[in-house]
Amino acid sequence: MTPSERLDATFTALADPTRRAILARLAKGDASVLELARPFDMSQPAISKHLKVLERAGLISRGRDAQRRPCRIEGKPLADISGWLEEYRQIWEQNFQRLDALLEELQTPDKKLPRKGKRL
Amino acid sequence: MTNTVTVSTPSDREVALTRMFNAPRALVFDALTKPELVKRWMLGNMGASMPVCEIDLRVGGAYRFVWRKPDGSDFTMTGVYREIVRPERIVNTQRFDTPWLPDELVLTTTLVESGGKTTLTSTTLFDSVEMRDKMLKSGMEAGASASYDRLEAFLASI
Repeated sequence: MTPSERLDATFTALADPTRRAILARLAKGDASVLELARPFDMSQPAISKHLKVLERAGLISRGRDAQRRPCRIEGKPLADISGWLEEYRQIWEQNFQRLDALLEELQTPDKKLPRKGKRL
Repeated sequence: MTNTVTVSTPSDREVALTRMFNAPRALVFDALTKPELVKRWMLGNMGASMPVCEIDLRVGGAYRFVWRKPDGSDFTMTGVYREIVRPERIVNTQRFDTPWLPDELVLTTTLVESGGKTTLTSTTLFDSVEMRDKMLKSGMEAGASASYDRLEAFLASI
């Protein structure tokens, strides 16, 4: 897969809420299909389908144990995306903190239009 | 409680920002659309100033923002307003003068007021998955690699 195709696969995988929930669960530790199916109230085949999408995107890997095949989260693709999103978030957080200060100033009439005779 | 920005990816062609402000939305709308106010906050994280901020606030009207970085180089963003519903919704295009950024994006900003506070949601729609990837990759090259803490925070936020 080219880096661009990998990013596509990552975003496609992340576009689904169940797959995001599976990743959030796996961030806490490895789990088998059975363990993953339980809290989601979904059949094992349905979970397996989601796991295949996640695996193709490189977001998870499957263990070799033929019976359990535990799923493990793989950090790299998510780190690529979250690195960019984090950068973007920080830029906007700084913008919005300045906007907070501006909005506060605009809502303080005394600062904008000092009333005569009220200040000493 | 402090208000913090949340970044999410509602679909594979969108990136959304959500943030609450302790102000009525008419005021937030002004801060987004009046040049003398925009210049005071939309400055990014590189210590830039905004020597040019022109806004023709009507459907079909153009805007032009020029940032000057501390090293003296300029960065320009231009676009056209497609929808304006004061004080709740703005749709505008975004075009950058930097070759590594996408040709044109569409940004939809909505303001929802509740109990004197305003929630701003700003969604960038990419024309194609390729365009979004271009933006993502440019950002990734520019940005630092993420730590595992960030990954956890990211997972908690989506």
